[in-house]
Amino acid sequence: MQVTFYTVAVVLVFLFVNVFLGWLGYKRTKTSQDYLVAGRGSHPVIMALSYGSTFISTSAIVGFGGLAANMGLGLLWLTFLNILVGIFIAFIFFGKRTRRMGHTLDAHTFPEFLSKRFNSPFIQGFIGILIFVAMPLYAASVIKGGANFVQSYFGIPYEVSLLFFVAIVAIYVWMGGMKGVMYTDAFQGGIMFLSMVTLLIVAYSLLGGVGSAHRQLTDLFTNPAVQADIAKSVKGGFQGWTSMPKSGSPMWWSLVSTIVMGVGIGVLTQPQLVVRYMTVKSDRELNRAVLSGGIFIFSMTGVAFMVGALSNVLFFNKTGKIAIVANGGVSDLIIPGFIKMFIPEWFGAIFLICMLAAAMSTLSSQFHTMGTAAGRDLYEKAMKRKGNTILITRFGILVAILISTLIAWATTGLPAAEGVIAKFTTVFFEMTSATFLPIYIGALYFRNMPKKAAIGGMLAGFTTWFVWVFFIHANSSFFLLCKLFFGVDNLVAGTGAAWMSKIGTTFVALPVSILITIVLSLVYRNKADLSKEHLDKCFDGI
Amino acid sequence: MLGFTDGWITLVYVLCILSALLCAVYGILNWNKGTL
Repeated sequence: MQVTFYTVAVVLVFLFVNVFLGWLGYKRTKTSQDYLVAGRGSHPVIMALSYGSTFISTSAIVGFGGLAANMGLGLLWLTFLNILVGIFIAFIFFGKRTRRMGHTLDAHTFPEFLSKRFNSPFIQGFIGILIFVAMPLYAASVIKGGANFVQSYFGIPYEVSLLFFVAIVAIYVWMGGMKGVMYTDAFQGGIMFLSMVTLLIVAYSLLGGVGSAHRQLTDLFTNPAVQADIAKSVKGGFQGWTSMPKSGSPMWWSLVSTIVMGVGIGVLTQPQLVVRYMTVKSDRELNRAVLSGGIFIFSMTGVAFMVGALSNVLFFNKTGKIAIVANGGVSDLIIPGFIKMFIPEWFGAIFLICMLAAAMSTLSSQFHTMGTAAGRDLYEKAMKRKGNTILITRFGILVAILISTLIAWATTGLPAAEGVIAKFTTVFFEMTSATFLPIYIGALYFRNMPKKAAIGGMLAGFTTWFVWVFFIHANSSFFLLCKLFFGVDNLVAGTGAAWMSKIGTTFVALPVSILITIVLSLVYRNKADLSKEHLDKCFDGI
Repeated sequence: MLGFTDGWITLVYVLCILSALLCAVYGILNWNKGTL
């Protein structure tokens, strides 16, 4: 696809609007509460679009869309969880209590919320460090997704597209704080929604409608011309793009226990999403946000996964090869390749800014969350230092941007076929669910949960996640930590327990975390470590 | 009608649409409950 004046003009207008909205956020930021939680007065549509566009990044569209091209429509189970858990359950059962308790306790960040609920500066410091150390991995995968797309579209070097990309986001996050982030998120979310709906219509119409498209995708699996290309996948459990993988096969475990469960549950404990609940003034805004949130997520991951799978038919009809083979064996290049080959140019430019929007909206919140983790949670609260909150947070944001960019730059050398975008994202989501979910549910629903049980469960979840990801799980052996210490890909390889390396981290670390929390709750149930006055305040109006 | 042969895929395709509708219906029914 040739880059024309039209494409450049569309991109420049898009970037100008973003910088303008960042400036608007800057003008309307008067207090640290404005900078941290947008003054707690966001419009429900702005909140829903901001939540959705933060949740959905290039990782979801490019990374997981590419996975759908390999694994098929079984990935739609993740879309189902994204909507049911990530929107419906999150907003109604987590959002309302978080908003109310967060207001009562005057919490501005997720670590601060849990810390004030359990009256423990340790919790705020520990989660603050964890976010600051682990989130750059997730941010790096988003940067990589955006930079890869710019690189393949404009044909400019990866390093240049990386710096261009990060610089634009850095400017408006630095300036506008949470207000700048949410204004730009809403604008970017609107573009993403229109682009993805158009993409779905184009994909289905190219294949003669919904039923016809699905039938062609089903038939492709038995086509003699693709048997050599899918032989390796079939050995791993693949049974076609419109079938679930064979139960118990490596592909089934990877799909169900790592991708669907890891990301599907992990969304509940994303610090950058939880803080969104605290930016609205009443439950009414959350009720209204459920409406736009559900439709938005359906049109994001639902469309990306359907188009990813259907791209196999279009690539095969045009090149005689399935999607992964037609794109040089790199799953992260399937969606960009699809856009280049099958989408008319007028829409190609729109989809380009959709990809920029998806990456920028997620990245801006990640930078903001990492900045507040360093500035507010660590420096101000855990270390009890005094200072200008906005200035300290801005310094934290700057450090977070540098670390994330360095990781994204370092992954240039990683084999692209590894699909690092989806893997980095999954690892981060698995960490947050294993470490934060029991303590978060306890904070909201178990008034008498002892502080020791909350902290013990959190530490057990993190420890199990760490051991499983770096030393057991075959899917994350690309971190090479196990190889470095023990000279093997994972500790169970070649032993009788090798089957364990197929099991996703969430399946192991989350149950351990829940179990330890319950056991410690029973052990310490008669040794109240939180006063009745404190608990009355926490649950005021709930 | 949907063109799938695997019941699990048909189920999840329908569940995705139903869950989005559930969110929409909930949002509309609770539009003014709970108190630019």
